[in-house]
Amino acid sequence: MSPGWVCPVPLRSYPRVTIAHGGGGQLTADLIDHLFRPAFAGPADSAASNDSAVVDAPTSRVAFTTDSYVVQPLEFPGGSIGDLAVNGTVNDLAMAGARPVALSAAFVLEEGLEMSRLAAIANDMGVAARAAGVRIVAGDTKVVDAGRADGMYVTTSGVGILDEGVDVRPERIRPGDAIVLSGPIGLHGIAVLSVREGLRFGSDIRSDTAPLHRIVAELLAAGVDIHAMRDLTRGGAAGGLCELAEGAGLGIVIDDDAIVVPESVASACSLFGLDPMNVANEGRFALAVSADDVDDALAVISSHPAGAGVAVIGEVVDAHPGVVVRRTRIGAQRVVDRPMGEDLPRIC
Amino acid sequence: MKYVEEFADPEAARRILGRIAARTTRRWKIMEVCGGQTHAILRHGIDQLLPEEIELIHGPGCPVCVTPIELIDRALAIAARPEVVFCSFGDMLRVPGSDGDLFSVRAGGGDVRVVYSPLDALTVAEDNPSKEVVFFAVGFETTAPANALAVIEARRRGLTNFSILVSHVRVPPALRSILESPDSEIDGFLAAGHVCTVMGDQEYRALVAEFGVPIVITGFEPVDVLEGIHRVVAQLEAGTAEVDNAYPRAVRAEGNRVAREMIETVFAATDRAWRGVGTIPDSGWRLAPEFGAFDAELLFEVADVVAEEDPVCRAGEVLLGVLRPSDCEAFGTSCTPRTPLGAPMVSTEGACAAYHRYGRLGREIGARP
Repeated sequence: MSPGWVCPVPLRSYPRVTIAHGGGGQLTADLIDHLFRPAFAGPADSAASNDSAVVDAPTSRVAFTTDSYVVQPLEFPGGSIGDLAVNGTVNDLAMAGARPVALSAAFVLEEGLEMSRLAAIANDMGVAARAAGVRIVAGDTKVVDAGRADGMYVTTSGVGILDEGVDVRPERIRPGDAIVLSGPIGLHGIAVLSVREGLRFGSDIRSDTAPLHRIVAELLAAGVDIHAMRDLTRGGAAGGLCELAEGAGLGIVIDDDAIVVPESVASACSLFGLDPMNVANEGRFALAVSADDVDDALAVISSHPAGAGVAVIGEVVDAHPGVVVRRTRIGAQRVVDRPMGEDLPRIC
Repeated sequence: MKYVEEFADPEAARRILGRIAARTTRRWKIMEVCGGQTHAILRHGIDQLLPEEIELIHGPGCPVCVTPIELIDRALAIAARPEVVFCSFGDMLRVPGSDGDLFSVRAGGGDVRVVYSPLDALTVAEDNPSKEVVFFAVGFETTAPANALAVIEARRRGLTNFSILVSHVRVPPALRSILESPDSEIDGFLAAGHVCTVMGDQEYRALVAEFGVPIVITGFEPVDVLEGIHRVVAQLEAGTAEVDNAYPRAVRAEGNRVAREMIETVFAATDRAWRGVGTIPDSGWRLAPEFGAFDAELLFEVADVVAEEDPVCRAGEVLLGVLRPSDCEAFGTSCTPRTPLGAPMVSTEGACAAYHRYGRLGREIGARP
């Protein structure tokens, strides 16, 4: 929550979102002008308000992505739905090797949502966007009846620019490539779980939500030939690695020993019967690079806070195409499956 | 976690593996009873590292797997009612009943919530006085004390909108049923450590005396499981049969007296149907008559809901250890974790799901499931 937000005059008689705030009339305009626009404002934003934003894109190749955010609860240790909505879409662009330029944000708000809470989340989005160096240039707001939207949903779409020569996709993965994991896993999923109704437990775990595009830009600038990347969001590390193996049509072998699971995450997973490999992250990614580029990649990634704990966790092989296999600590080998849906806490 | 790390130490695991290999001279079939142990065995790949001669059979110790289909159907019927908030452990939500699962009830508008403890369901009941809150009390002796406590607490707090749908089962009658089965070829058992933490070892002493099989109380970390296997093999090779406690850091011979008293207060012994296995006499608990006001089965009049299991599913044979999951015709074809025919394919610790998850591509990666 942003402590500094003071309700501006036009919104003051509405401590909560009402249906009329989505009606497209004066109240909608008040919400945009007095809540979203100030929260998202960047230094160079003009006051122009067309139906579409106009963005400079000095290149022939543009990356475009969209993602919806429905997290419960809206705020959790280390972030909020606002941080996720910006960082998640920024990261989807970054994982294609693109430089994020602009985002849109569409809100489905639930009637009755506290105005101050909405302002705090909008503020989180503005802070995250400015930190990531992207602008939120377009938006939409709809309001639905109380009880129909878990407080709020946010959809962000993003446009990014691909520089000359950047070609990042699973088809470029080759046998012998190293698989690099950017840091410890499981923090976001466990942070959200720790404050979810019915499962609340005390912990000091904070979400790892962070933008990753600067790390990617530096990797590219340092001449690291990134073959493919995945951010390890829903589906966790297991899901992301399986996607890389399936996309490449090659096998991946990883070492359990090399994967960093914070002790607090390991404890919570053991308590709830979850596999840390299936738990969501919001600021972690895996990449495949040729063995020659590994040292450079590690140097760049480890120089960023979001890359603390980066390690080579495995390699790409010809065998078992499309399948990820892990070597367990006691020396056996096991298939890593992508999780079925959200992992369910086990009984015992 | 440091206490746990110690029992996941690769060096210690290799030492015990060496001892097992040195002791083993012939073929032995050993059943690990508890789903948590099955999970650990497959997750760490313990089965791959044992001598060829030792075959691990995954027993009926997964509460999700053995809950009979008609109880699932009763849960679905209760959960679908508009006045009900139905609370359950997470992995019960995907268990298929005759027609759908709890997830589909939720999708159809039912209020189905995942909780971690029955005491959380009590809180839900306090927070929603106009709703009937029902907790799905499944599990073995491990979950029974907390469920008993929830009922005792509900009575103490005067809650009239809380009840539990009970499907408790106990390990020793299941072991007896396996040992009495003419098809069974089990030479020794790893008993479920946490069940014994609650109940102690008395019932296992009786089984050993009657059937002459070694039973070793075993924990859940790789080193624990290996030590349990080692001790069973040592007894088998020496021709002895005793109850041995390889999990002394959690299990005392008398169990947990307070927990047992709570169970005895709230529950009464009853026959229970085990999914795929059939009815085993005195193999479970129901609420004692004086706690009838908390019995969802009585309150919602679902006792007449009956159901047939899928005839293709051979879960019973898998749970008794006479059929390997991968030898079932439906395994991996009509029955997968996405489209489970029977419960052992649902829970992550169900034998079929575990085989599917970790044993897939076994040949290619050198596994030996």
